[in-house]
Amino acid sequence: MSNSLLQYTLQQADNCLILGQRLAAWCGHGPILEQDIALTNISLDQIGQARLWYQYAAEVEGKGRSEDDLAYLRDAWQFRNVLLVEQPNGDFAQTILRQFLFDSFSCYFYEALLESANDQIAAIAAKSHKEAIYHLKWSSDWVIRLGDGTEESRKRMMKAVGFLWPYSNELILGSEADLQAQKEGYGVNLSQIRKIRDDKINQVMQEATLDIPIDSHDQVGGKIGRHSEHLGYILAEMQFLQRAYPGLDW
Amino acid sequence: MSPLENHTEITSLEPINGVSVADIYEILQEVKDPEIPVISIVDLGIVRKVSVGNKIEVVITPTYSGCPAMLEIEKNIRKRLSMEGYDQCKVLTELSPPWTTEWMTENGKKLLQAYGIAPPNPKSPNEVNCPHCKSKKTTMISQFGSTACKALYKCEECLEPFDYFKCH
Repeated sequence: MSNSLLQYTLQQADNCLILGQRLAAWCGHGPILEQDIALTNISLDQIGQARLWYQYAAEVEGKGRSEDDLAYLRDAWQFRNVLLVEQPNGDFAQTILRQFLFDSFSCYFYEALLESANDQIAAIAAKSHKEAIYHLKWSSDWVIRLGDGTEESRKRMMKAVGFLWPYSNELILGSEADLQAQKEGYGVNLSQIRKIRDDKINQVMQEATLDIPIDSHDQVGGKIGRHSEHLGYILAEMQFLQRAYPGLDW
Repeated sequence: MSPLENHTEITSLEPINGVSVADIYEILQEVKDPEIPVISIVDLGIVRKVSVGNKIEVVITPTYSGCPAMLEIEKNIRKRLSMEGYDQCKVLTELSPPWTTEWMTENGKKLLQAYGIAPPNPKSPNEVNCPHCKSKKTTMISQFGSTACKALYKCEECLEPFDYFKCH
């Protein structure tokens, strides 16, 4: 099996896992009970999607590694997630905007991926797409509610926009694995998704009365394993048990 | 709709070695969703295929990708079949086609309603009736609820909060 297919599958798996892990840290800390539940529900969906992708990646790799080996025993430079998902939770506004920037991509990404020439990828996309639509509705509503909310919520959203915008485009900028995936028919055309995604972002930001930064400089590198300093800390926490007690099971 | 009509693939309705697919479905009716113990996995629509032969094979599909109950359900299927004397069974998980609430049986919806959970209403997903007083005047409190498959609602008439099994 080709290395591009493995890299492509890991890109999706790692995005879902790292974002799921980030959101899980909100458990018990949400601003109100209902939103605490929402954050952890979305986390659960992301981790579920990550498992589907890792199971397939393990099969593609064919070296006897399991989904758990891929999640718990790789180091930061082997992770293929975008920089956006590893950015810290910050406050509720920052978490919401990070989620919206991810959902506004993944919803249309999965939709396009339904047509994948690879049956397993199409099946994972079909399962995940329904969940992504629901996540996007939630995160869009909150961007609008906070952006067009109180003076305090608006101030915090503006700060989050300034901090996260440089990470907003890596998802739709193709890596080598993305381009190969498109060429071989199991991936998608990212520039087509960019158009739909940008429309959605513009519409939501406008409704939220928030300005999109015009001089933002894209930060990329995650898809080829060049990460920000934050990833190492998440992995240290997430992988601790398997590193300290290899093979430990429930 | 009977559980049998609701399912996509039935390999054989004729008994093989004295066991029919319908017999197995009847046993599976006794396996409940661990998180909503009032509804069976058959009524929930997650049993996608049953075949009988030398081995009994049951194909299930997850409701949501991260559903933590899947492993438990698989174990319970084995346990239940083994209690009925079927030790040779295989439980497989399939993703495609993805589960939808359209596969929930009418019986399943009635059971949910009686349990205090508003059942999904695919014909008009925005019309959610209070499972307690049947009022149509209800408000969504939160898109997400106690499990991935539910949302939180409140009745404006009897003022009771309740779970809504959302359309998916």
